[in-house]
Amino acid sequence: MRENMKDKHTHGHAHDLSKEKSIIHLKDVKKSYLMGEVTVNALKGVTLDIKENDFVAIVGPSGSGKSTLLNMVGCLDTPTSGTIELNGTNITELSESDLAQVRGQSIGFVFQFFNLIPSLSAIENVSLPLVFQGVPSEERRERAAELLKMLGLGDRMEHLPSELSGGEQQRVAIARALAPNPRVILADEPTGNLDLKTGNEIMMLLKELHLKERKTLIIVTHDKLIADHAHRVVRLIDGQIAYDGHDKWDGGKPK
Amino acid sequence: MKFTLGSFRHRKLRTFLTVLGIFIGIAAVVTLISLTQGFETAINEQFEMMGENNIMILPGSLMTSFAGQSSQELTDHELDLIKDTSGVDNAGGMITKVAKVEFRGQINYAFIVGLPTDWNILEAYSGVTLEKGRYFKDTDRYKAGVGWLYYSGASFDKHVSTGDKININGYDFDIIGVVSKIGSPEDDQQIYIPIDVAREVLNTPTGYYVLLAKTKDGWDPEAVADNIKERLRKERGLKEGEENFEIQTMNDLKTTSMAMLAVVEFVIIGIAAISLVVGGLGIMNSVYTSVIERTREIGVMKAIGARNSDIMMIFLIEAGLLGLVGGLLGIAAGLVASKAVEWYALQMDINLLKVTLQPMLIIGALSFSFFIGVISGVVPARNAAKMRPVDALRYE
Repeated sequence: MRENMKDKHTHGHAHDLSKEKSIIHLKDVKKSYLMGEVTVNALKGVTLDIKENDFVAIVGPSGSGKSTLLNMVGCLDTPTSGTIELNGTNITELSESDLAQVRGQSIGFVFQFFNLIPSLSAIENVSLPLVFQGVPSEERRERAAELLKMLGLGDRMEHLPSELSGGEQQRVAIARALAPNPRVILADEPTGNLDLKTGNEIMMLLKELHLKERKTLIIVTHDKLIADHAHRVVRLIDGQIAYDGHDKWDGGKPK
Repeated sequence: MKFTLGSFRHRKLRTFLTVLGIFIGIAAVVTLISLTQGFETAINEQFEMMGENNIMILPGSLMTSFAGQSSQELTDHELDLIKDTSGVDNAGGMITKVAKVEFRGQINYAFIVGLPTDWNILEAYSGVTLEKGRYFKDTDRYKAGVGWLYYSGASFDKHVSTGDKININGYDFDIIGVVSKIGSPEDDQQIYIPIDVAREVLNTPTGYYVLLAKTKDGWDPEAVADNIKERLRKERGLKEGEENFEIQTMNDLKTTSMAMLAVVEFVIIGIAAISLVVGGLGIMNSVYTSVIERTREIGVMKAIGARNSDIMMIFLIEAGLLGLVGGLLGIAAGLVASKAVEWYALQMDINLLKVTLQPMLIIGALSFSFFIGVISGVVPARNAAKMRPVDALRYE
């Protein structure tokens, strides 16, 4: 599998994205919120265009607004001003219920702390997004089982999250993100709570999904090694884009 | 659904404590409704057995008469007047007093009832039959009939039966009859003697404790009761509304008994309602806690596509199930408790308390407890639904 992936890896980078159509488009997005009595300007006008099948790493120091940006793209939060288009739809105008629909159908989330429901088994966790899409129970189980097998958890399906290792939990979480077959995967520090080796495995897995399943992948990270896998790096500093390009971590300076 | 059940599984004790209020409320309702309904059925049966043609004439008001505190007396002359009233088939009077009873050296105290010898008032009026022996004849003097508990051996160490001798207030009586089981210990421990002898033995030379009349078939008991009332009023020279006696038809008695039961039921339901409100608050509190504890999970579910209404539903179901669990436990406990009371009553020879298992009561109690749960869950569930996903996810 690894060998196979390396081929694809190379192939993926050779792939020309300029012909792909834009899937996410942010225009002058600002976000400020009150923290106690202080107004924090988390984003100070971000304009960003992400093509379909791109792999973007959002990097930057903590407090730079990278998580806020990811939440905006993921419809978990709404901007104070500016517009966000997802698949051509301006999501800033959608109702809460429509946003839930978008989240459930077009976006898969992977979190730093896995965020599995502790009372549900692996297969139930993976099925959960499909429950909210009204998929019949049989079909849900089938899809979840298929995904878990694909991610190498075929023998762990009935286990509770507490019975799984961190790496396994994150793989369950990835399977859950994939369940509704979304076009975009958003990952917030997906390896941040894993050891180096497991983190690498998870990273390879995400990358494979990007290449094989042609998912648009956006990862928030502060890990240079992770960012190095990305096709494009967006560096945020103080709520603004400081660098956006195909260079690696040290972006902004010539290699 | 699974999500909710999972959260119960992990917190059995807390779930139980939460549903305690509902449990107590429903248990109280089920126990007491089964019992009072059983009691109602028993009363109805009793009245049916006695027939609807019965009229009871009491010397004072119902309460003072039963308590034996009435100063008025019903006289022989008044009994004759009643017998003579149109629509009356027959009438008779009774006197009652507690007396010392001795059987084979053992002493007991019992209600002695003086009965007319010319009319089998026990059977005609109350529908009570004899287990053994015969009713009084006009020529009977010191003859007695005994209640069931004497015959069964519960009253004295030895069984009392026909042919035995019993001593009442120093007078010897031959036992000529045994009355069938009536169902309450008081009734089943009475001793019956001819009224003429009773006046002497019980030292009650005049008056009746109660007069009982039976209407002819085809006559409306209410109308006959009015006739009797009018005659007695004339006899005593009283104006309408100033009666110092009381006339009760079976219908009146039934209404009175049912009204008393209704009051009891009302009070019980009031108490149960308070318990259920407290129970509802308990559920509300528990769902609030659950919402806070699972804030992060709410955020996750929203992130993977749960709509506000989905989140609301999850917690409403949780609240409803809490109610249902309380209701189920309460019904089980209520049925056990009412059966226990019935059993205990039977041990005490009271078979008036017959518990009937009513499907409607169970279904009603279950849906009601679920409903209370859901209602209690509305506010916390809405709080959960309205959480902003980004805040919920950030919650530690």
